[in-house]
Amino acid sequence: MADPVTKHPTLIEGARASRTSIALKFLMAVSGLVFVGFVLGHMYGNLKAFAGHDAFNEYAHHLRELGEPMLPHEGFLWIMRVGLLVALVVHVWAAVALWRRAQKARPIKYVVKKHTGAIPASRLMRTGGLTILIFLVWHLINFTIGKVNVQGGETDDPYNLLVDTFDVWWMTLIYLAAMAMLGAHLHHGVWSACQTLGITGTAQSRARAKTLSLALAIVIAGGFSLVPIAVLAGIID
Amino acid sequence: MTDGMNLTLNIWRQTGPDDKGSIHSYQVEGISSDMSFLEMLDVLNEQLNARGEEPIAFDSDCREGICGMCSLMINGEAHGPEVTTTCQLHMRSFKDGDTITIEPWRASAFPVIKDLVVDRGALDRIIQSGGYISANTGSAPEANSVPVPRDKAMRAFNVATCIGCGACVAACPNGSASLFVGAKITHLGELPQGQPERYSRVVDMVGQHDHEGFGGCTNIGECAAACPKEIPLDVISQLNKDLRTALKQGH
Repeated sequence: MADPVTKHPTLIEGARASRTSIALKFLMAVSGLVFVGFVLGHMYGNLKAFAGHDAFNEYAHHLRELGEPMLPHEGFLWIMRVGLLVALVVHVWAAVALWRRAQKARPIKYVVKKHTGAIPASRLMRTGGLTILIFLVWHLINFTIGKVNVQGGETDDPYNLLVDTFDVWWMTLIYLAAMAMLGAHLHHGVWSACQTLGITGTAQSRARAKTLSLALAIVIAGGFSLVPIAVLAGIID
Repeated sequence: MTDGMNLTLNIWRQTGPDDKGSIHSYQVEGISSDMSFLEMLDVLNEQLNARGEEPIAFDSDCREGICGMCSLMINGEAHGPEVTTTCQLHMRSFKDGDTITIEPWRASAFPVIKDLVVDRGALDRIIQSGGYISANTGSAPEANSVPVPRDKAMRAFNVATCIGCGACVAACPNGSASLFVGAKITHLGELPQGQPERYSRVVDMVGQHDHEGFGGCTNIGECAAACPKEIPLDVISQLNKDLRTALKQGH
């Protein structure tokens, strides 16, 4: 019987694994895991603020000397920056492609839709990702590219810039909100990456991956949040 | 309660594929809690027939929960609030005075034919593109001549319970059919007979899946929660793993 609605059903020929939606997901997963490694290292560096002015600034300075004399001055830093930029472009590009595909896949929305089986974080991935991207631009203007001191103080001293920033309550609030989003993104993202890479083939490995992603989300988002809270509370000054 | 339930039904009506469609509201009275959901719709259709109105079109066949023909998004859940098919859902899951919203599966790959009936031919074409094992002609081989390890046989059996109803697609926020494809890939991939075509199969099936316009998977898990056969999410991990291997092997 002729297909009543799909006018010209066709079978595709010459399908390629590299052209599938799953290949896009691999790119999402791998670039996402690059960021997980980065934020872990970044968080560790931030916690140096608890060791005081000199320890924090020495760490910041050492990042520029890391690998010398085999690498040129700031060589390691630029390798990191280029790597992260590539990961960012891949992650955002693949996300946009998959988002558009998902929108086309359901052009007419349900009048009533429940989300049985979904954790809230899983449904925040796209808006949350967009929030983190906007935050990233803001954060780079604040501390790296622009070095903006909202209190008008010095900007060439990383520790003082940090303290001046988080002494302002609304700056701390912006950062804490962004970290909550990052935590949610990691809570689903790490698990999703494990699943996409095909390493969660049993009920046990799935449970392990979910525990790992929750733990990473709490450690990373919590670790980042400690410094702004401590500054605002006057523990770091 | 002895007189049964009175319900308000908000049902999607659409005269044909090109009609815009809209939600219409109906009242039914005296519904027994022992009726199945589809019997309740039969009662409504008898009323509509008696009034000379067009009855509501919906899919059903075996009404035993094994054929995969029935569908329906009921109050925002594929096959309704229980882990079963719509035909095996009973009115005891609802209470007197409830408002029930009934919609067709929503996916661009599942165009609406009429009212609540959608065309799920896209799933058939995914099977056609690789969801089979090519066998030599001749008499059937002796079943025990190819031993299958117990655990692999069990997993293949468990995921082979997929009836292709499309609830996973309907529930998925991305409109992805990954649970369906994953179930077929796992089913055939666990068996010795499925090995020769294993990696070309996964590429062909995922290629057809994408070609039909299904979305990509984001591992949310609403599909597995909606599946009347309780296919677990690990079949999607298996699907991804097989595609990764296929990529390595140059497919």
